[in-house]
Amino acid sequence: MNHLVIAPIVLPALVAPFIIMVLRYHLDLQRIFSVASSVLVLCLTLALAAQAADGTVQVYELGDWPAPFGIVLVLDRLSAMMIVLTSVLALAVVLYAIGTGWDSRGANFHALFQFQIMGILGAFMTGDAFNLFVFFEVLLIASYGLMIHAGGAKRFQAGVQYVVYNLLGSTLFLFALGTIYAVTGTLNMADLAVRVAEMSAEETALLRVGAVMLLLVFAIKAAVLPLHFWLPASYSHAPLPVAALFAIMTKVGAYSILRVYTLIFGPDVAITEGLVGDWLLPAALLTLAVGAVGVLGSREIGRLVAFGAITSMGTLLISIALFTPAATSAALYYIVHSTLATALMFLIADQVMERQGGAVAAMRLMPQSGLLSVMFFVAAIALAGMPPLSGFIGKLLVMDAARDHDLVWWIWAVILIGSLVTIIGLARAGTLIFWKSHGLPDSDVDPDAVANAEDDDLLDGEATAAPAAAPVLPLVVCFALMTALVMLTVFAGPMTRYADATAAQLFTPTAYIETVLGGASK
Amino acid sequence: MEILVASAVGVLTAAGIYLILRRRSFPVILGLSLVSYAVNVFLFATGRLMTNAPAILNKYEEVAYTDPLPQALVLTAIVISFGMTAVVVMIALGAYLSSQDDRINLSDDDAKAGEDA
Repeated sequence: MNHLVIAPIVLPALVAPFIIMVLRYHLDLQRIFSVASSVLVLCLTLALAAQAADGTVQVYELGDWPAPFGIVLVLDRLSAMMIVLTSVLALAVVLYAIGTGWDSRGANFHALFQFQIMGILGAFMTGDAFNLFVFFEVLLIASYGLMIHAGGAKRFQAGVQYVVYNLLGSTLFLFALGTIYAVTGTLNMADLAVRVAEMSAEETALLRVGAVMLLLVFAIKAAVLPLHFWLPASYSHAPLPVAALFAIMTKVGAYSILRVYTLIFGPDVAITEGLVGDWLLPAALLTLAVGAVGVLGSREIGRLVAFGAITSMGTLLISIALFTPAATSAALYYIVHSTLATALMFLIADQVMERQGGAVAAMRLMPQSGLLSVMFFVAAIALAGMPPLSGFIGKLLVMDAARDHDLVWWIWAVILIGSLVTIIGLARAGTLIFWKSHGLPDSDVDPDAVANAEDDDLLDGEATAAPAAAPVLPLVVCFALMTALVMLTVFAGPMTRYADATAAQLFTPTAYIETVLGGASK
Repeated sequence: MEILVASAVGVLTAAGIYLILRRRSFPVILGLSLVSYAVNVFLFATGRLMTNAPAILNKYEEVAYTDPLPQALVLTAIVISFGMTAVVVMIALGAYLSSQDDRINLSDDDAKAGEDA
């Protein structure tokens, strides 16, 4: 067995308690260990991706128990891509948090951060449905801590809402798993795939109930329309660098949908045929529409970006809901793009908030707004999916993949009009924040009003004045993310080829199933 | 026995959801506990209900046994839901102490924040 497979999960799992127990009072050492761990995880995941790139599926049996009985980790092209994406984002966010000093505003940022990374990586690699639940809980419990990092009344209230909602989601997850276990007698994904394919349609009403409940759970995570309402409040009240990390958490939901509904309840499986795609597609279209309207209507920059994240989830889920190899390939390209773009936008929104408060309104001049406004412009182009950045290519791929679908006009109309509304909303916000503030003569601005606005818009408990000299590291991180988006555009060819290969691997799961269950016969 | 377990799961879930819909910290936390009890009982029953049977195979003797896996699942679920309940109690306490309000819906606040902006 190749022990490298489990290394990216074990490493943060060891570093996090070390940070809590040994380095509690040494912020500098915490930072060094946290960055070192993130860099190492990135190296490990890149090595794993190189191993998975040729299409081999690797199975890691924990405790050397063979597959249907023990817990397994599985590394294929899809997991490899997702863990690399996670570790890139994690490194960017941890550097940003250090650069802006967010990590010093509350206790245990770095430990929670490492636990969060561990949970996300685990969720992407596990091959066992119950273990997916456990890793969900690991990443959620770390995210609760990060969500209320630095405190403040509003953040706590949003945090309670977030925790309660996710606890309900977890309970539903257990109900779904229990139902599926009661019917099939297994929770290993490969084993489930075999048993579900063997079942006849008449006997499996209960299994269909379980499949739909599972879809609901993942839809909560992925913020699909009727279940999306936790996201804007949670993300806009969370510390925004943390919200940038949360950009990958909605993708955990999308990944789970993709994994479970291609492998277990795949499009060819008789009992769940049409069960998922037919419901997910309209929901995804509505998600995109509501997200675009939300971008237009947001009055706070945090909410604006949160709704931007919902639009990108909408586009992504449209592509996933088609359940064809071409559409899945487009979805994979779009996952990488939208994660990076949303994270970049959250980081820029954080810098705007640091300088002028959260409101999208004409305000006083901001220090260093020139560079920031250029970055906002680029990030807005990326998030809305305008040319020349990778969002445009991603949307083009999604629309091209939808060409043969019955609802093709609906899909095209929603994506195009949604993009238009999103870009209008972002342009409006950008104009108000960066442009109009220059046009306001000083005499028009009542100093009291400005002072009041500052007090109101900063979240309680972090009334920091605008920094005199902006730190360089956050800008470097933003530029690095921007460069990543540009690279994704330039190397769209190799990236789509990888995505095509991944989609092909997903839609012929025999290799996956045989490798996982092959351990039993060994 | 099946009807007893099934109705217990149903009643616990219904009461839990009712309490969660009260949208105040204390009832919501109680409601979440009830729902997690319901899911624990439900998970326990997914391996078929048996009485007086050990959850272990005996390779020396042919005896009835009950499926051990749901019991392992329930144990994990109990630990996780218990830990999560502790977390939500602490966060709700923090929210109550910092804002003197135990409502968990934010809609009024958000509307006010919008007016201010």
